[in-house]
Amino acid sequence: MRYFLQRIAFYLFTAWAAVTLNFFIPRLVPGDPVQALISKYQGQLSTKSIQSLYVLFGLDKHQSLWQQYIDYWKQIFHGDLGLSFTFFPAPVSQVIGQALPWTVLLVGITTIISFTLGTGLGVLAGWRRGSWADGLLPVTTFFSSIPYFWLGIIAIYLLAGPDSFFPSSGGFDSELVPAWDQYFIPSAIQHSLLPALTILVSSVSGWILGMRNMMVTVSSEDYITVAHAKGLPERRVALSYAARNALLPSVSGFALALGFIVGGTLLVEIVFSYPGLGFTLLQAVGAKDYPLMQGIFLIITIAVLVANLLADVAYLLLDPRTRKEG
Amino acid sequence: MEPVLEIRNLNVDYGLGDRAVQAVRDVSLTLHKGEVLGLAGESGSGKSTLAYGMTRLLAPPGAITGGEVIYHPEQGSPYDVLALSDRALRQFRWAETAIVFQGAMNSLNPVHKISTQLTDVLKAHEPKLSEHSRNARAREMLKLVGISTDRMDAFPHQLSGGMRQRVMIGMALILQPQVVIMDEPTTALDVVMQRQILGQLIDLRERLGFSVIFITHDLSLLVEFSNRIAIMYGGRIVEEAPAATLYRDALHPYSKGLLGSFPALRGPRRELSGIPGSPPDLAGMPTGCSFHPRCPKAFEPCSTAIPVLGRPDIPDGAGRSVACWLHPAEQPVG
Ligand SMILES: Nc1ncnc2c1ncn2[C@@H]1O[C@H](COP(=O)(O)OP(=O)(O)OP(=O)(O)O)[C@@H](O)[C@H]1O
Ligand code: SF4
Ligand SMILES: [Mg+2]
Repeated sequence: MRYFLQRIAFYLFTAWAAVTLNFFIPRLVPGDPVQALISKYQGQLSTKSIQSLYVLFGLDKHQSLWQQYIDYWKQIFHGDLGLSFTFFPAPVSQVIGQALPWTVLLVGITTIISFTLGTGLGVLAGWRRGSWADGLLPVTTFFSSIPYFWLGIIAIYLLAGPDSFFPSSGGFDSELVPAWDQYFIPSAIQHSLLPALTILVSSVSGWILGMRNMMVTVSSEDYITVAHAKGLPERRVALSYAARNALLPSVSGFALALGFIVGGTLLVEIVFSYPGLGFTLLQAVGAKDYPLMQGIFLIITIAVLVANLLADVAYLLLDPRTRKEG
Repeated sequence: MEPVLEIRNLNVDYGLGDRAVQAVRDVSLTLHKGEVLGLAGESGSGKSTLAYGMTRLLAPPGAITGGEVIYHPEQGSPYDVLALSDRALRQFRWAETAIVFQGAMNSLNPVHKISTQLTDVLKAHEPKLSEHSRNARAREMLKLVGISTDRMDAFPHQLSGGMRQRVMIGMALILQPQVVIMDEPTTALDVVMQRQILGQLIDLRERLGFSVIFITHDLSLLVEFSNRIAIMYGGRIVEEAPAATLYRDALHPYSKGLLGSFPALRGPRRELSGIPGSPPDLAGMPTGCSFHPRCPKAFEPCSTAIPVLGRPDIPDGAGRSVACWLHPAEQPVG
C-alpha cells in the first residue's frame, strides 16, 4: 500500500510538472498566439479587439507571471484550455471533445481486441510450441515489421476505392450529420473497419510474440512441472499456472498501450484522414495553433499517466508478490 | 518384501537420432512397500532424469526410449506406468506417486494461495468432495507438516524456504500416495534444514506407510535415513545394497570413492567427489565400464566389456548387486 501511495505521489508530481511546462513553453517561445492570429486576420482587427484577444488567451500583459500561472490552473480545473485559432472561436476543449471519441473508440476498441486476440494466440502458440502453432510466428513477424503508414497505404491501395466497400478516408459519410442514429452509426463503423484492421494486423503480432515467449519461459518453471505431476487437467495447468504467470508482463504492456491510444495514433489518423485527436494535432501543428497543441499534449500526458497508474493497479491485483503486508 | 514400483530396463535419451545422449541406461530398480530407497551419484549421473522418466514428467528433448515401470496398486493388478493413456496417467499422478522437489524454491505457483494449490489437487482427483471437506483436508495436511493453519491464505512468497518445502511435503501426502519421490537438485538449501525436513518426512512415512525414493548427492544423509541405497554413475546403477551394508563394505570402486569423501557440513559441494577425474561426458561415453578412466582398480576387461549389474560373487552377496568386473555377476538383475 505504501508503495502504491508513493506511485500516486509520483504521478501527481509528474502531472504538475507537465502542466507547468505546458504553461511556460508558449510563454518562452518568441511571438505569441495573438500575434499569430493578428497576422492570420491581416490587419482587420482593431487595437481594442487585439487587447480583448490578449485577455481571452490569458496573455494579459498587466498580470504577473505568478498570477497568470494561478489562473491557468484555475482554468484547467474548469476544463478550460483556451481558444483554438484554427477553429476560432471554438474553445480547445470543445475541439478536443469532438476529436477524442473518434480516437478512443477506434484505437481503444482495436487495442483491446488486439491484446485479447494476440494474448490468446500467444498462450496457444507458447503452450503448443513445436506444433502447427509455430507456423503463426513468421507470418505475424512479417506483418509487424512493415512500417505502419506503409501498411495503411497498401491497404488503401488494395482494398479501398470508389467501388469498394471500404472508404479510403474520413470517419463517416460526408453527407451525414454526426448523430446516434441508424444512418450515422453504420457509416462510422464502415469507415473505421480499414484503419482498425491495419492497426490490428500491425499490433497483434507484438502481443502474440510477447505472450508466446513468456509462456515458453514460464513453462520451464518448477511449479509447472509440479502442476503436471499433480495430475491437474491440462487446461488448468496451461491457464491457471502457465498463462496466469506469463500474463503479468503483458498486462502492464497493455495498460501502457491504452495510454498511447490517445497519443500514439497519429499515423493511422493521418493515413486515413480519420477525424480523431492525432489528425487534429496534425492540423494544429500545421496552423501553429499553440493552444490546441497544448491542450492535446496535456490530454496525452494525462492519458499516459493514468495508464501507468492502471498498470500499477493491475500488477498489484495480479501479482501477490507486489502486495506488501502492512 | 512386496514391491510397489519396479523399474525395468529403463532408457532415457535427450534428443533424437545421432545427436541423442543417453542419460539413463538400462536401469532396473525396485522400490519395496514402506522402504526408503536412496539414490546417490555425482551431478549429471542421471538421477533426476530417472525420477522424471519413471513419472513421465520429462520435458522435451527428453524421451523414454525403452523399458517398463511397473506399479503395484494397493488393490488390483500391477500395470506399466509408461503404457498408461494420458487420462489414466493424470489419474495416476499424485494419487499414486507424488514428487517433492526438495530445495527447489519455485515449486509453488507464486500467484495462487497455498490453500488453492493444496485444494486443486483434490478438485482434480476427488471431484465429489465438497469445498468444505477440501479445505478441511488441506488444513489437516498443513498441521501434519507442522505449519499453522492460518497460513492457508498465505502466498508462497510470504513463507520461508523451509516452510515452502514442508507445504510441498504436505501437498505430496494429501492424496495418500504409495510412493513419494524427493529430488534434491545441486543448489540445495542448507544442510541442517535439509536434515530436519527429511527427518520429518521419514517420521510421517512410519505413520502413514508410504515408500520413498530419495535422491541426493549426500551419501551421509542416505546412510542415516534410507533402508537401501543405489549408486548411479554415467546413467547406470553401479551398485545397490542395504544402507548399512553399503556403508560398511561397498564393492564398487566408485561407491567407495563417494563414501570416502563425505562432504563437510558446510562448504562447497564439489568436495564431495574425492574421486580424481571428472564425471563422464554422456555424448562420448568410455567403452566398457564407463568408470574405468577414473578407476584406481581398473584391469584388463574393464575398458572393453560392460560389466552387468548382478549379485556379487561373495559369501554374503544376497540382497545386493554391483556392476564391476572385480565382482562378476552371478545373477544379472533385470
Ligand atoms: N534438457 C536436457 N537436454 C540435454 N541433456 C540434458 C537435459 N537435462 C539433463 N541433461 C543431461 O542428462 C544428464 C543427467 O542429468 P540429470 O539432471 O538427470 O543429473 P542429476 O544426477 O540429477 O544431476 P544433479 O545431481 O546435478 O541434479 C546430464 O549429463 C545432463 O547434462
Ligand atoms: S569394472 Fe573395472 S573399471 Fe569398472 S569399476 Fe570395476 S574395476 Fe573399476
Ligand atoms: Mg538432479
